[in-house]
Amino acid sequence: MAQSEITLTGRKRPLEKLIKLALFLASVLAIFVTIGIVLSMAFETWQFFQRVSVTEFLFGLEWSPQTAIRADQVGSSGSFGAVPLITGTLLISAIAMAVAAPTGLISAIYLSEYASARVRGWAKPLLEMLAGIPSVVYGFFAALVVAPFIRMTGGQLGLEVASESALAAGLVMGVMIVPLISSLSDDVLNAVPNALREASLGMGATRAETIKKVIVPAAIPGIAGSFLLAASAAIGETMIVVMAAGLAANLTANPLEAVTTVTAQIVALLTGDQEFDSAKTLSAFALGLLLFATTLMLNMIAMRIVNKYREQYD
Amino acid sequence: MTKLFTSAEAHLKARHRSEWRFRWLGRLAILFSLGFLAIMLVSITLLGKGALSRAEIALTVDLTEASTLEDVNAKKTLRNALFATFPEVTSRGEKRALLKLLSPDSGYELARQIEANPALLGQSPTLWFTASDDIDQYTKGAVDITQPENRRQLKDTTLGWVQALESRGALRSVFNTAFFTSGDSREPELAGIFSALVGSILSLTVCFALSFPLGIMAALYLEEFSKKSRWSDFIEVNINNLAAVPSIVFGLLGMAVFLNTFGLPRSSPLVGGMVLALMTLPTIIIASRAALRSVPPSIREAALGMGATGVQTTFHHVLPLALPGMLTGAIVGMARALGETAPLIMIGMVAFIVDVPNGFTDAATSLPVQIFLWADSPERGFLEKTSAAILVLLGLLIVMNLVAIVLRKKFERRF
Amino acid sequence: MSKDPIITARDVNVFYGDKQALNGISLDVPRHKVTSLIGPSGCGKSTFLRSINRMNDLVDICRVEGDIKIEGKNIYDKDVDVVALRAHVGMVFQKPNPFPKSIFENVIYGPKIHGLIKSKSDAEEIVEKSLRRAGLWKEVADRLQEPGTSLSGGQQQRLCIARAIAVQPSIILMDEPASALDPIATAVIEELIDELRAKYTIIIVTHSMQQAARVSQRTAFFHMGDLVEAGPTKELFTTPKDERTQNYISGRIG
Repeated sequence: MAQSEITLTGRKRPLEKLIKLALFLASVLAIFVTIGIVLSMAFETWQFFQRVSVTEFLFGLEWSPQTAIRADQVGSSGSFGAVPLITGTLLISAIAMAVAAPTGLISAIYLSEYASARVRGWAKPLLEMLAGIPSVVYGFFAALVVAPFIRMTGGQLGLEVASESALAAGLVMGVMIVPLISSLSDDVLNAVPNALREASLGMGATRAETIKKVIVPAAIPGIAGSFLLAASAAIGETMIVVMAAGLAANLTANPLEAVTTVTAQIVALLTGDQEFDSAKTLSAFALGLLLFATTLMLNMIAMRIVNKYREQYD
Repeated sequence: MTKLFTSAEAHLKARHRSEWRFRWLGRLAILFSLGFLAIMLVSITLLGKGALSRAEIALTVDLTEASTLEDVNAKKTLRNALFATFPEVTSRGEKRALLKLLSPDSGYELARQIEANPALLGQSPTLWFTASDDIDQYTKGAVDITQPENRRQLKDTTLGWVQALESRGALRSVFNTAFFTSGDSREPELAGIFSALVGSILSLTVCFALSFPLGIMAALYLEEFSKKSRWSDFIEVNINNLAAVPSIVFGLLGMAVFLNTFGLPRSSPLVGGMVLALMTLPTIIIASRAALRSVPPSIREAALGMGATGVQTTFHHVLPLALPGMLTGAIVGMARALGETAPLIMIGMVAFIVDVPNGFTDAATSLPVQIFLWADSPERGFLEKTSAAILVLLGLLIVMNLVAIVLRKKFERRF
Repeated sequence: MSKDPIITARDVNVFYGDKQALNGISLDVPRHKVTSLIGPSGCGKSTFLRSINRMNDLVDICRVEGDIKIEGKNIYDKDVDVVALRAHVGMVFQKPNPFPKSIFENVIYGPKIHGLIKSKSDAEEIVEKSLRRAGLWKEVADRLQEPGTSLSGGQQQRLCIARAIAVQPSIILMDEPASALDPIATAVIEELIDELRAKYTIIIVTHSMQQAARVSQRTAFFHMGDLVEAGPTKELFTTPKDERTQNYISGRIG
């Protein structure tokens, strides 16, 4: 039998090249989606700013986007000052964070530092269930149970509470984002080297002292990252505010009053039929761009902080 | 000496108290969240269980004159049957109120029953008909009859008739199959989730068909073929960011690009699925990359060492091992997509859909959007429908997540 | 009184779940001496060390039987407070583990939590005294606000020692304190241990027989969970009574 010839030169493999190209294109799709988001919204936003000035949009204090059917009607131009929407979003998000930040962080501390493996085994998945429940369910519960409850309680205390109060929406949203904070903070706390725990306990610190003075300070960057991600989720949350916060564009810091948010307005502006290039419709895209830019910024900062923190203990 | 190492000192006692308080604070924090979860689930379950039953009224209908279905004037027959049951009712106003005992669709019910059993023609059989929403709510105990008459929907005269029917055994409660088999309706007693469910399934099919292959392909490229470079870092940051973009932004994108630029049909599961796919893609890519990373390098080395090409190694050896993990990630992503509401509202899947959508381009709604729509309806009957629809949605989510967990356990490999 | 042993351990058994890690250890530890625990890895010497300040409590599945008495008080009694115990029995770990805080804060941490500080001058005094005793004062006096993690490995370990003695313990446990350090830093630490003996009772776990010989007055040899032999260091190394000790010090096991 003759020895087969050995060739060490490359064979052309066109199919493999094609496959690799396809895989590459699939991964680039993610970038196209981002570009698509930015471009589509930027285009509509630019058209919107042809009609309404940027300053009015960003600094105007009044939001009433009803454009008139006939041009000669009063208030046919509508007003597009986004400030009440921004403050409303911030108010509800702040309430949500006031609930979620302590609850989530303390839950994470308990789970990572105190709970036995058994308790951790059932409490952690149950907590994470909170994040798996669709927000439309929270919205329903907020509008049906929480808002009337707050209104009633407030009434008994002699307070006037709006039926669609910022407090109800914020509270429920807060519970929804608890697992965002607790699971990420839990990871972060677990990443704190055990040597630090032993050092502190070894000199007679109680567990609480160890946690408060050593572990949490060491984990602060990661915890801050989880807070930012949760805040970003609160700002972008839609269904809860659509169902429980209402559409009244009030400029107020009172959590008992009704406010509206950027997301709720986007939904209100774009549901139902309307012509596509009216200022009213276009303003939704300006709000969308604002929302996208804000959450993107928060996410980027959060991820940078968390990654830096991970590198520190790797 | 006896006090050595014991907590006699006041300072130590204070420290232990603070320790104890802190530990309890932790328990309370967890109990707060889980308590909220429990209250929410229990109250929705209690509200939703009413949707499983439906009140029916028995009426003796006179079909003696009819020999074919066409001969039957269903509306009139029912009206006469009602008047015959309550001969004491004479005034116009009361007669009108009497007709409201039945659900508006009961004429069709009569026709359907005759169709199913033509032998009824020429007889005067006693048949069951769906009662109206108010009666339905009353039988479920949801109407507070101790309240003064002017504060409730169900008036005293109607109440008297209902109680008369009840005492004659002509009022019963049956399992509400219609809730699972019919579409939306303006009448709560007739509304069902079937068309919304089909809409959801169609949208998820599109979503899965797009995002699963694309997600795997992107993950394969990033994990197996790309060299660590600024470019791959950029893609990675991009994907991570997309995973955290608010879902409503994807809705806006879908509206601007799919509807207005490409002119795809509004309200359709096709567009809904495409929007959901864009949202789910990052989740699937991230999960698939994790699955690929869990395949040990030794397997790649073994294949490459035998002279397999990179593509062969990946598709013959690495991908099959990573596939279960990828599928698990995809199911979790699908579960999230199933619960999404806001982006579907943006692309118009909020229509009032009675008919079951027949294809990917028909107008449709989805289960969470249906929940949103019903939650907005003022009738008390829709309250239990909303809650029951939520229970169905949560049940589906639990099943999907369980499947993901089982899959993960089954294929978990210790390399 | 000072002739009495400060620690007396009697029939100490330690279990991790079903596995027994120590079998009936009985050992006296004399006051103001350095006692070293030696033996091959996995022999139980660290486990024994960690039962002396009850760091084993942190392991859920760990169970300790028998008596360990410090100053005549069984530290496994019900009324013993581990927090108070650990203030008397300090610990230095294998890898230097300063807190990610300033040098000053590292040292003052223990006194602060134990309520030993009444004023700012108290704090400064304790920090200076502790750092001086740990032989670190001259190197760090002008940069007390810098993070403890910015120091070199040997300096970090001396910072950890300063941190331990700031609480004024009577006993210091050291778990292979120099194993992560270079020879020069090790020499500094060994010298420091010898100086500290005047004020503290020191128990040191070491895998190096030379180190045991250099720093300790008494040595206990552990093997597979048993205490094989204990006695004055010189005697143990020159005339071991047990064959296993003989084998170990001549390098045949471990």
